Amino acid sequence: MKTTIHVNGEARSLDLDPRTTLLDALREHLKLTGSKKGCDHGQCGACTVLVNGVRINSCLSLAVMHDGDAVTTIEGVGTPEHLHPIQTAFLTHDAYQCGYCTPGQICSTIGMLSELSAGAPSQETPPGAAPVLSDAEIRERMSGNICRCSAYPQIVAAIKDAAKVMA
Amino acid sequence: MRAFTYERAGDAKAAVKAAASTPGARFIAGGTNLLDLMKLEIETPAHLIDVSRLNMATIEATLDGGLRIGAATSNSTVAADPQVRARYPVLSQAIVAGGSPQLRNKASVGGNLLQRTRCAYFYDTSKPCNKRAPRTGCSALEGLNRNAAIFGATDHCIATHTSDMAVALTALGANVETLMPSGQSRTLPMLVLHRLPGETPEIETCLETGELITAVVLPPPPPGGQIYRKVRDRASYAGGLASVAVAGRQVALGMVAHKPWRASAVETALASGASPAEAIAVELEGASPLGRNDFKLPLVARLAAAAISEANGRGA
Repeated sequence: MKTTIHVNGEARSLDLDPRTTLLDALREHLKLTGSKKGCDHGQCGACTVLVNGVRINSCLSLAVMHDGDAVTTIEGVGTPEHLHPIQTAFLTHDAYQCGYCTPGQICSTIGMLSELSAGAPSQETPPGAAPVLSDAEIRERMSGNICRCSAYPQIVAAIKDAAKVMA
Repeated sequence: MRAFTYERAGDAKAAVKAAASTPGARFIAGGTNLLDLMKLEIETPAHLIDVSRLNMATIEATLDGGLRIGAATSNSTVAADPQVRARYPVLSQAIVAGGSPQLRNKASVGGNLLQRTRCAYFYDTSKPCNKRAPRTGCSALEGLNRNAAIFGATDHCIATHTSDMAVALTALGANVETLMPSGQSRTLPMLVLHRLPGETPEIETCLETGELITAVVLPPPPPGGQIYRKVRDRASYAGGLASVAVAGRQVALGMVAHKPWRASAVETALASGASPAEAIAVELEGASPLGRNDFKLPLVARLAAAAISEANGRGA
């Protein structure tokens, strides 16, 4: 099935079996292997990408359902020469060990910070209150991204630092 | 994943017509639960009808002072909606208690209502399960049933409905609007949408083949405070062991039955002057725990009593 997805600013046309997930389209068809396949069931968050600016699990989405959508993967976030502030913060704080979850953590952080600045609720914030970027708020809002090396304290520190730089 | 054909519906009428006339057809919107189950070949649709781009993702006030939420609206959008947060905070709270942010960004309102149980034997295709493979037996009866139902279960199925959102909608007395293959629409109270397992746990709702949920309609909020409380094995991103939604004097319990459980005995007792603790005790007289899930009785008793007290302290 013919599908065109705008990936990291570039229109990419594909002819896909409808079974192909967005994650497999990115990794196997477009060779963008930054997005990782961990659990392939929406439980680990390693496959997190931004679709039209919103973070989702790319493993639980069919590529053919994204015809015309704008997808941002870790490859579109920054380059070794021009790191995104969140990437710099993850390096500075050593916010990983094996690094497998890191692309998902970083894409998720981008989505999370934009949700937070839009005032989106979470269970850490009562429905009437404006959320602030506390440690507890970061942990709750990033709970869809698992780090099996358990670099969580460094990830929280990196996100707080990056948010200051990006403010 | 089994092979399937895919089409993007042009409008809701075309979608229900295609669903009724194509054997093995299923609707897909967010797909977060359906695709998970398709990968495990627990769901094996022959044809998917994409309804995610239909004009069903708006939230608008109704003439009677309620709110109409389009079925394709994402869970995150509903939770963040200013009208929902101001007038139906229990709904916002329930939604952000479920899944992860990534899942809530993708999952639709209609799909949330139709999500399948997380019973371990429903997921384990090597084991009997009446819900997954009718008339093969229920492995949970003698198995890992710590999270099983305490209300309305049968020997055929003791699984629970796991949606948080649906518990809040049940407490709020919401209605579900649908479009049937005939082109007629109808309105179903949340209480009627889901079924108890009986002898056919594979049939989870009263929806007909091809019938599409188009919206959820909230009546004006009842007087009084609102609150959603959920207990689970870890602080975030875990299915619940029990939950309670309170909207004034209206109370629903979650993860205790095959459907969101409107606690009508609690409501009757509260109306006749019982304390929250006395009222939930009356409801729990009708519970049938199995041993491993006995803990749900004191858990629900304390959870519901605390939530009802807190909501009514906030309310009025």
